[in-house]
Amino acid sequence: MIDWIAIFSNAAQELISPTTAAYALAALGLAIHFGYTGLLNFGQAGFMALGAYGYAISILSFGFPVWAAVLVGIGASIVFALILGIPTLRLRADYLAIVTIAAAEILRLIFTTNTFDAITGSASGLQGYKTGFAALNPIPDGTYGFGPFTYNAYDWWIRIVGWSLVTVLAVVTWLIMRSPWGRVIKGIREDEDAVRALGKNVYSYKMQSLILGGVYGTLAGMIFVLPRSVVPANYQTSLTFFVYAILLLGGAATILGPVIGSMIFWVLLSFFSGFVARAVEAGWLPFMSQVQAGQLRFILVGVAIMLIVIFRPQGIFGNKKELAFVK
Amino acid sequence: MEPTQSVAERSRGRWLILLGILVAALTLSGIAASPAVADEASTESSEQEEFEYFFSGNVTFDDEPLEGVRITVEGNGFDAETETDADGKWTIGVPEKAEYELTLDEDTLPEGVVVEDGQATVTAEFGLTNRKSVNFFLGEGQRVTTDIGAQVLIRVVNGLNFGLLLALAAIGLSLIFGTTGLSNFAHAEMITFGALMVLSFGVDLALPIWLAIIIALVLSAALGWTLDAAIWKPLRRRGVGLIQLMIVSIGLSLAMRYVYQFIYGGSTRQLPGATIPSDIHLGPVTLSWIDVASMITSVVVLGAVAYFLLRTRIGKATRAVSDNASLAAASGIDVDRVIRIVWVMGAALAGLSGILWAYFRPGVSWDMGFQILLLVFAAVTLGGLGTAFGALVGSIIVGMFIELSTLWLPSDMKYVGALIVLILVLLFRPQGILGRRERIG
Repeated sequence: MIDWIAIFSNAAQELISPTTAAYALAALGLAIHFGYTGLLNFGQAGFMALGAYGYAISILSFGFPVWAAVLVGIGASIVFALILGIPTLRLRADYLAIVTIAAAEILRLIFTTNTFDAITGSASGLQGYKTGFAALNPIPDGTYGFGPFTYNAYDWWIRIVGWSLVTVLAVVTWLIMRSPWGRVIKGIREDEDAVRALGKNVYSYKMQSLILGGVYGTLAGMIFVLPRSVVPANYQTSLTFFVYAILLLGGAATILGPVIGSMIFWVLLSFFSGFVARAVEAGWLPFMSQVQAGQLRFILVGVAIMLIVIFRPQGIFGNKKELAFVK
Repeated sequence: MEPTQSVAERSRGRWLILLGILVAALTLSGIAASPAVADEASTESSEQEEFEYFFSGNVTFDDEPLEGVRITVEGNGFDAETETDADGKWTIGVPEKAEYELTLDEDTLPEGVVVEDGQATVTAEFGLTNRKSVNFFLGEGQRVTTDIGAQVLIRVVNGLNFGLLLALAAIGLSLIFGTTGLSNFAHAEMITFGALMVLSFGVDLALPIWLAIIIALVLSAALGWTLDAAIWKPLRRRGVGLIQLMIVSIGLSLAMRYVYQFIYGGSTRQLPGATIPSDIHLGPVTLSWIDVASMITSVVVLGAVAYFLLRTRIGKATRAVSDNASLAAASGIDVDRVIRIVWVMGAALAGLSGILWAYFRPGVSWDMGFQILLLVFAAVTLGGLGTAFGALVGSIIVGMFIELSTLWLPSDMKYVGALIVLILVLLFRPQGILGRRERIG
């Protein structure tokens, strides 16, 4: 018999899980890139990897305090955005797509190679960087919460920090996008030449947008690794595609879209995987093994991306007039 | 006690036979890294009588014992070395039942054989017995000890082979981009498809390999036809934007890739003949006949594509659509038909490229196409997006660069160099090598 309570409670937990917060942040960054500026950044996984590794390596190899480690991650992602942007921001959108995806893969290969094993931990990654963050935890030890949302002090601390960051950055993004700067950015998305004709330096605005969204991705990468360890295999291109799925689901040029999109995405995905896994266990799907049940979610995400883009390109919260898909 | 003893002996004998069969089966099914299987029972221990504990093993490559391979042992303040005998067997005695590091000296291996990545030094510990077998996994490969000129030549030939198979996929991608404007991320899955079909028909259904390859190519072409008919043509009709189409292709790529994993599982399997020995010697370069066949196939097919594009009516129409679709339509060219032909051709070329890639790697796995997708994109971008011959030039440069870069880069970083070159080229010549400036606007 299927344990529906477990499936529902696991799915409900995803609502406030740190992973959901991390994806929401990464998607918010992509919303700045893709939704508002029209930049096709397919290297968000690279920005997230820089956040994760920048944070972990600063603490493990150099013994930095938490705030310095966060700054190192942010600094690394700014440098990365500059390196990406300088050759490609003058070019057509699909060039940026190819270069960003390539750059993210370069980062992942560098983090995976045995050559830098002493610093990056190669394929097995890094752990043991959490003490500094845990020491900042003001919550006294113990277990808090109700129903499915019962966690210990550290788990609550990650969730509080993660979702506060999401809230703050969502408000910041909202403010930026209704400022004059935001209007120029949206103008670039709609018609780059018109903005150029108004005397704006399009290249510089695009670069600022790339850096800002990249920093969001970096912070997302840090939240992402707080409940787990840093493993290079997590930063494959499919991570970027998952973030895109969330962004497109919620609506690319919206503030709430990425956040609510991330919640819907993870709750549905957890519900679906939980259901299929249990159904296989219960023998309802005799043609499928447990391993195959786990792969089904990727197929589902792929199909979902296709369907959303074709049938509801503005996403759940989007406005059809504000489409990032120009031309 | 006596009878139990003999049962134990016999069962050990059975184990040995079983092991032998297993090894034979593994080699027959063509695992590249033939394990140097340790052979416990038959090792002579007479020469090592001063110690109670022994490490032993058997160094073979492709079922051939390797003689004179030096093995050293180190640990607990003790070190010793030995060499394999004519049967490839070796034994080292050690004073204590403790942990030791065993190293196989790669310089004493014959040409073209290496220990698989980083496994030349193995840490071993004794279990319940006083004898421990240690395996070194040998594979085909090159050490940098060969003189640099010969190394470069070997890399160039390998790079040419790799570049040519990349070109097959790249030309299809480039033609699709040229005629429809779509950056097709699902091209990776079209590459994998060819190899998977050969696996299904050639291995699982055990058809002759030439027949399996023909079936795979026909099915690949059919896949291209189906994709265009089912997805891309309707989307073009709807007037869906190019960036939307690109994201659809990403979703399609993700879905297809995991469908492959769903059906074929996550393991790597070999096509028949993928690991035959390299017995064609041209100076310092050793090739297997599959390498030669692969290169000849690529060149012939690329030549045929060039002839098609330059000399036939449909080929000319294809280039016209690439150049300016509206103008082509106005001059009476059936654009949809041309695009359909391009999809069928691109998919068949990608399928062929996948089959050759399966022999080059070697192995077939669910994500093999995705592993080279970025290289194919790099090749197309290097040559100039949308230009068929640029894709060829770009592919060969990428292939050569990757192989040559292993001379100074560790092999797990060899793709990094190619991707960095891609970024650098965009910095200095954004339209690519054979591209025209107007295309980047």
